Amino acid sequence: MSIKKIRKSLIYIVFSFILSSNAFSISPKDFVQQTVDEAAVALGQNISKELKIVKLKTIANKSVDIEGIGLYSIGKRRKELTDTQKEEYLEIFTKYFLKSFASRLAQYSDPKIRVESEKYLNKKYTMVSSVLVATDDKPEVKIDWRVITKDPENPLIIDVIIEGVSLAKVQKEEFNAIIQNNDEDINALFKNLLDFVNKD
Amino acid sequence: MARILAILFLSLSIFTSSFAGSDGENELSKSKNGEVKDCFEKLNRGIFAFNQAIDGTIFEPLAKGYKYLPSPVRTGTSNFVGNVSTLLTIPNNVLQGDLDIAGKNTLRFIVNTTVGIVGLFDPASAIGLNSYEKEDFGQTLGRWGAGEGCYLVLPVLGPSTARDALGSLGNYMGGDAWYNVTVRNDTHYFADFDYYASKGAAGVDFRAKNFEDINNLEENSIDFYASVKSLYLQDRRKKILNAKGITQTQNDSDWEEIE
Repeated sequence: MSIKKIRKSLIYIVFSFILSSNAFSISPKDFVQQTVDEAAVALGQNISKELKIVKLKTIANKSVDIEGIGLYSIGKRRKELTDTQKEEYLEIFTKYFLKSFASRLAQYSDPKIRVESEKYLNKKYTMVSSVLVATDDKPEVKIDWRVITKDPENPLIIDVIIEGVSLAKVQKEEFNAIIQNNDEDINALFKNLLDFVNKD
Repeated sequence: MARILAILFLSLSIFTSSFAGSDGENELSKSKNGEVKDCFEKLNRGIFAFNQAIDGTIFEPLAKGYKYLPSPVRTGTSNFVGNVSTLLTIPNNVLQGDLDIAGKNTLRFIVNTTVGIVGLFDPASAIGLNSYEKEDFGQTLGRWGAGEGCYLVLPVLGPSTARDALGSLGNYMGGDAWYNVTVRNDTHYFADFDYYASKGAAGVDFRAKNFEDINNLEENSIDFYASVKSLYLQDRRKKILNAKGITQTQNDSDWEEIE
């Protein structure tokens, strides 16, 4: 094989790689629209609430950075956790998050969310802006999505901000209050999360 | 005398909190998501529990019933209490230097009170005079640079801060024209009942509009008190900044923690 042919093959391989990686990457805006559309389909279906919750959990599992939210929610205390505690916490948190997230969303039937724009914050985060379209009973609601784009081919939602109120921050302050009111004992948080996961 | 004592207490509360553990600059003016001290947490949690009991026995059942009223009745009630609240918004628009919005809100109030039959209808929106964000004296103090002070939970009225509670006193000291013509001054046209009934109606209307959201939040919170506190403080901060873009209210450095 001549040098020319090797170079040609290399260029072809490099271009194929670039093209294929671009084909799989998705903009944060499109990713959010795709995710909310998927959730809207699940919520609009004529199925039981339990089945809707199962579907919403599947969507959350693939589109939300649950571990990232979990680590953010305990703030700087995460640095004090042992590896075993961290593993235990993330396992409980994931169950807690999925249950809480799905049952909060399941109250909506066929929400219409229109994704409007995206704002690149830095190489890690992009903010996607959308609106929950007004209905006869409720006014339009602004919803913003913080998307983590460390892996551009696999963007994940890490916060939802409703009319300027960050839900991740609400959760962080809730967890902080529990730990503070229990003499900085992280196990009290674990217990509260487990109680929530196990309640009917 | 009681009013003076209340003002002194709240002022002290604002100043002690502003200086405790900070560099003396007010947090809001730096647009940081600084922590608001919960100086009276035990008492606040007690009042919060009391308020939840009031909600469960009075507001929630009323809101449930209110939701079954015909839509025009609910819309009329909502329009009426919204129109009355404009009387508090207008002086605060002026105090915050938003003279243009104050003018539009005044026109809105005149049109809705006359053509809209004491505010039951909203013809102002139909002619392009859309409603603006409500303003109050707490927001004005915030806009002027006052820090939140300690977090407070007020009986029946709910979450507040020392600054917002101090601002609310402004309503009762001549700052709210609706209070002035109903309770403060004997105008012979309105009775005290009109003021308290309108406030009660506003509470029920708010509860009904957010019925599922509030119940859902309570059901899915592991510390409902802390959740409400966070929601209130974030919402107030956004309103004081009159933020339009989301990045104005979110402190990005908060997220730098996650690697």
